[in-house]
Amino acid sequence: MSPETRSWREPHRLVLLAIAIGIVVFAAVNMRWDWLPRYGEKLVGGVGTTLWLLFLTSALGFLLAVPLGLAQAAGPFWLSGPARMFCTVIRGTPLLLQLWLLYYGLGSLFAYWPEIRQSWAWPYLRSAWPYGVLALTMSFAGYEGEVMRGAFTGVPKGELEAARAYGMSPFTAFRRVWLPRAIHRALPTLAGETVLQLKATPLVATITVVDVYGVISRVRQDTYLTYEPLLLLALIYMLLTGILVVAFRWLEGRVPVKGS
Amino acid sequence: MKTKIITAIAAFGLSLAAHAASAETVRVGVAAEPYPPFTEPDAAGNWTGWEIDFMKAVCAEAKLDCVVTPVAWDGIIPALTSNKIDAIIGSMSITEERMKTIDFSDKYYNTPSVIATAKGSGITPDAAGLTDKIVGVQVSTIHQDYVTTHFGDVAAEIKEYQTQDEANQDLVAGRVDAIMADSLALDAFVKSDTCCEIVGAVEDDPAILGAGVGVGLRKGDDELRQKFNTAIAAIRENGTYAEFSKAYFDFDIYGK
Amino acid sequence: MLDWIAGLAAWELLALEPPGWGGVLLRGLAISLQVAVGGYLLGFLIGVGGATGKLYGGPILRDILDVYTTLVRAVPELVLILLLYYAGTDALNQVMALIGAEPMDISGLAAGIFVIGVVQGAYQTEVLRGAFKAVPHGEIEAARAYGMSSFKALRRITLPGMLPHAVPGLANLWLIATKDTALLAVVGVAELTLVTRQAGGTTKSYFLFFLAAGLLYLMVTLLSNVAIRWIERYARRGMPAVR
Repeated sequence: MSPETRSWREPHRLVLLAIAIGIVVFAAVNMRWDWLPRYGEKLVGGVGTTLWLLFLTSALGFLLAVPLGLAQAAGPFWLSGPARMFCTVIRGTPLLLQLWLLYYGLGSLFAYWPEIRQSWAWPYLRSAWPYGVLALTMSFAGYEGEVMRGAFTGVPKGELEAARAYGMSPFTAFRRVWLPRAIHRALPTLAGETVLQLKATPLVATITVVDVYGVISRVRQDTYLTYEPLLLLALIYMLLTGILVVAFRWLEGRVPVKGS
Repeated sequence: MKTKIITAIAAFGLSLAAHAASAETVRVGVAAEPYPPFTEPDAAGNWTGWEIDFMKAVCAEAKLDCVVTPVAWDGIIPALTSNKIDAIIGSMSITEERMKTIDFSDKYYNTPSVIATAKGSGITPDAAGLTDKIVGVQVSTIHQDYVTTHFGDVAAEIKEYQTQDEANQDLVAGRVDAIMADSLALDAFVKSDTCCEIVGAVEDDPAILGAGVGVGLRKGDDELRQKFNTAIAAIRENGTYAEFSKAYFDFDIYGK
Repeated sequence: MLDWIAGLAAWELLALEPPGWGGVLLRGLAISLQVAVGGYLLGFLIGVGGATGKLYGGPILRDILDVYTTLVRAVPELVLILLLYYAGTDALNQVMALIGAEPMDISGLAAGIFVIGVVQGAYQTEVLRGAFKAVPHGEIEAARAYGMSSFKALRRITLPGMLPHAVPGLANLWLIATKDTALLAVVGVAELTLVTRQAGGTTKSYFLFFLAAGLLYLMVTLLSNVAIRWIERYARRGMPAVR
């Protein structure tokens, strides 16, 4: 048995576990949790918002990342150049800045076009969540685009040549060989990137989207408590991360791996 | 070479750990956002405004060494209770709710709360006028409490912002139909941007809107509170208050 | 619309002297960089300690370090920043009060460095642990055979030996540190992103200032990349090329 996978029943682990439980019990008894019932429903709603933001932006971001990666791997300079620039800019600037640029910058633009308020798009343009979705999607696409670029260039050239030798058109070769192999190579990092995306979602609370972080901010402001709301928030995110990691591990177990 | 590196790192570390709080320095927390005409940063990075002048006058009178310490508004009371700052001079109204956690000095100004909307919106500052409208407020303010209590059922949505400045910007951008805040702050806002107008004051609710603005202090910090109270009374008496207020307002904002 | 374009083209707002806000932006950038450098160095120290602890420490130490790294990697940086900035400095002051010392006035800069340092420390632990493992064990055995104490072996053999393997990971963490400083805007530290929003709010030229700030961050990233390539070439001198 490798030293790192010792059984959890080892004596020192039991002691540490007991200490951890002791801390939790101490916190539960001595700290103020009377605000929990009042905000319970809002917290559940906040977690829901966090989750749909996570899945929507990850999915859209991945869809955007595939062409970005492909453009950099195989495109002509007028496609790969802009794609490279997009990924560089996204990865070179903080997400918070990108988010505020979209929300405040574009928002200030709308003030100069009163006609826009009569259009059908106005209810969406005036809400905050589309900007959050846009910023998170672009961010995910920027980082994943790099991953996909590596994945596309990493597919063994021999397989692509074999596909062409079989008479497949470039598009068929892409559809049947290059894309699936690239996605397969990128899949393991996808789990890590999704966890990172979960950790990026709280930023949308700064533009009035009420996710679980936004709810806890509300609790902090109403109760003026320092520790309790933040500790609960950390616990919630740890649980979400744990569930995500376990879910991805299960998913990876389900995907059949032939050879490499 | 090695000793140079070590001394450099040590100096860096020491310079960070340096500032132990001295007995006479009062770290005065202000909200880290532009809130004209009370506090706003200028291009040189200094904080200016009526409340900064007030702070300087009161601190000079009480012989305190006040240091302006910008803190995010939504964390300003925890910053006070956890000893990051010693006083709050940030247009914080004296309310029962807040008095559970902190103490206040005597009030130093008292102005009504008003609602601002886009020009020609036809909204009235009451429940009828705000039905199905999106209302913007700053978090942790009496205005947020008021809107939630009085208009929470009728308004389409209540959007909460970390700073009043953000709420103002969203009114300009049309993201909210109305915002509620202090009359002087909104007065400065509508003067600075041609988009919007003040449609009137809301019906008074002293329990929520409080009895004026005071200096926020830690519970039990009676010595500092006394110093501030004496200083505030003194500058009202000797005309200093009227003197620096002249530059900003043409009426006495002390209120009743 | 013309007003908005005028706001965008109002270059004089970026002037270095007041009434231009360029000076404020640059000061914000200076604070950001100070926090990034300080946090990165603190993180590196924590990382070296953590990595050696994880590799050579006892089971209890290893478990505690595992908890530390898992916690930091599972919780969003924004939440960690809030926790460490408010609860952490409060706890620190309470400890100071317990031992009878004056409450320390922890400036925003120092608190920011502490926060970024703790977060970086967890990631650095993992990167350095992988790099330590890449040092051929034979070299460490030889050092011990020569009678070097553990600390001497660490200083002379392990650290220089693992640096080439650690450079890509450390480079990535540096870029992460520079971008994480933006999150300190949420707690009111006067770094670049916050002063950009303040400047935009006062002048109403949001787009201009956010673009300027974006350019500043990009410059930091691009210059960092140049420096990193140079460091990597220096660290890997004499070693076979990777690509």
